[in-house]
Amino acid sequence: MDKSRRNFLKIAGIAALGVTADKFVDVHAQDTANKVIKKTIGSGKETVKAKVDRKERLAMVVDLRKCVSQKGCTKCIDACNKTHNIPDFGESKDEIKWIWKEPYENAFLDHENFYLTDEFKNKKVPLFCNNCDNPPCVEVCPTQATFKREDGIVMMDWHRCIGCRYCMAACPYGSRSFNWRDPRPFIKDVNPDFPTRMRGVVEKCIFCEERLAEGLPPACVEACTEKALVFGNLDDPESEVRKLLKDNFSIRRKPGLGTNPEVYYLV
Amino acid sequence: MLEHALKGNKKYWGWLLFLAIIILIGFYFYIKQFNYGLGITGMSRSVSWGLYIAQFTFIVGVAASAVMVVLPYYLHNYKEFSKVTILGEFLAIASVVMCIMFVTVDLGQPFRVANIFLHPTFHSLMFWDVLALSGYLVLNVIITRVTLGAEHKSIKPPKWIRPVIIISIPWAISIHTVTAFLISGLAGRPFWLTAIMAPRFLASAFSAGPALLVVFCLIVKRFTKFDPGNEALKKLGLIITYAMCVNVFFILMEFFTTFYSGIPGDVSHMQYLYFGIDGSTRLVPWMWTSALLVLISLTLLIIPKTRKNHKILFVTCLMVFVSIWLEKGLGLIITGFIPNPFGKVVQYWPTIPETFISVGIWAFGFFLITIFYKIALSVRKEIEI
Repeated sequence: MDKSRRNFLKIAGIAALGVTADKFVDVHAQDTANKVIKKTIGSGKETVKAKVDRKERLAMVVDLRKCVSQKGCTKCIDACNKTHNIPDFGESKDEIKWIWKEPYENAFLDHENFYLTDEFKNKKVPLFCNNCDNPPCVEVCPTQATFKREDGIVMMDWHRCIGCRYCMAACPYGSRSFNWRDPRPFIKDVNPDFPTRMRGVVEKCIFCEERLAEGLPPACVEACTEKALVFGNLDDPESEVRKLLKDNFSIRRKPGLGTNPEVYYLV
Repeated sequence: MLEHALKGNKKYWGWLLFLAIIILIGFYFYIKQFNYGLGITGMSRSVSWGLYIAQFTFIVGVAASAVMVVLPYYLHNYKEFSKVTILGEFLAIASVVMCIMFVTVDLGQPFRVANIFLHPTFHSLMFWDVLALSGYLVLNVIITRVTLGAEHKSIKPPKWIRPVIIISIPWAISIHTVTAFLISGLAGRPFWLTAIMAPRFLASAFSAGPALLVVFCLIVKRFTKFDPGNEALKKLGLIITYAMCVNVFFILMEFFTTFYSGIPGDVSHMQYLYFGIDGSTRLVPWMWTSALLVLISLTLLIIPKTRKNHKILFVTCLMVFVSIWLEKGLGLIITGFIPNPFGKVVQYWPTIPETFISVGIWAFGFFLITIFYKIALSVRKEIEI
């Protein structure tokens, strides 16, 4: 309701001003260019083609220079596990993880380089769901149980998921976990504010959308004492994430696959 | 017509009882899986599809048995296939039923399967595959019911069935194509990301499907008065030979592109499958067994003398079937996940419950085929004797 009204007002505004809509399009917003919305305005004969700009594209910036995960820091992971009722089975076969660490070489498999600095050879990279702008998991899901929100978060509907795990096969980042068995007995302290899952459904990092809804930052960002995790809106040129990406060199995991991952690593 | 399934000798009932016991064991383990979750299988976060989906992709191929006899018989009016055509169609029905069962047991939430139809998602290949498979099932059920029913009454089948049969031919091609697309369109899985995946599916299907059909024909011939005809068997042997040659050619093409280009992400999967990585060699012996069986069976197929000898052809067809099963029903799906997206090797092997569930579904398929063939042959005997 609110969304469609905003869209309408925007289009009406564009038409009234008589400016080309391209000016409103954010440079980053690649997929916006494809979103051509046809609306009939006024008499009904005049069709205005307007490119509607995105209001929000949420993204994470990980400053690997600040991150101390190689020293055994797991604050972001612990905070996430606690917030989201992630079970601990004590073995890797059934494991569920939303944030975890991998050596730099494994996280950035296609950045092979034998002459990495010692710092990066030992670096452990915190990994999340990339909440891709062009998510392959959403493309393959046969029930739309996983879907992309307007703000870019790739969501999971745990009541709709049939557990076919096609999304796990499609995800190039290994970001998704499946509840191979009932997770509930393996949750240490249940957080009553977040749902637990049942067996047979897939789950992953959702950028703490439940906290964002209350105006709180993601749990991992809040927990990071090194300020290595920065979260924000890429479509806002004044946001911290945009400024960081403007002033620092950043890399992403497997950008060549066209998924447009939205977790950026400063190296 | 269906009453023919309820009459039979001791061997018939004994065989069905044997299959029923295997089905029940499989069902028992499925109940266990249902209560515990898919964690009862060997699958993991890294290898998230295993034996079930691998069986599914393989058996989709077996369903092709029908098209390879239907096409010559109906489109080219090749009369020699008049006896085997119905058997091919019944094999297709049983195969599609098995496919549906394998996909269902692989679901984490099987009771929600209707969500695929409640929320049809056109950009998901899974949706199209469900559509293609169920359509193929319906087509073959109609075709066998009508043609055999007409034969039962000693009348000509109605004219409208012919276009239905003709549609079933491209439809059969579509089930392989769509199933191949299911895995060949995933950017993050280089082992499957190959444009010849669909052609490979067709080639392997056109060898494994008719091979199983030949095996069944020869078994049925031994136990009943049914005779598929020497010409039909000869022609099927020839079809298998060509399809097998193309199949092997395709696999060699994959080898060339992978190893000559040398892209590490692509090479690693093939290396795991055929040579192993750092001592992880669980699939290696199986793949070389498959390669050896291919070599022997292809030789026996290419030499006319051995191809035309029924006893040798029987063994050759078994070898063809097993070699493709190893390649497609074991290697193809699992290896897509090994190494995982972090370059780490997490191995997979089916557990006992998982194996029994799979064997149970196979037994159910054989159960159906037995009943179908019994009906078909009983109808035929009425006319011939």
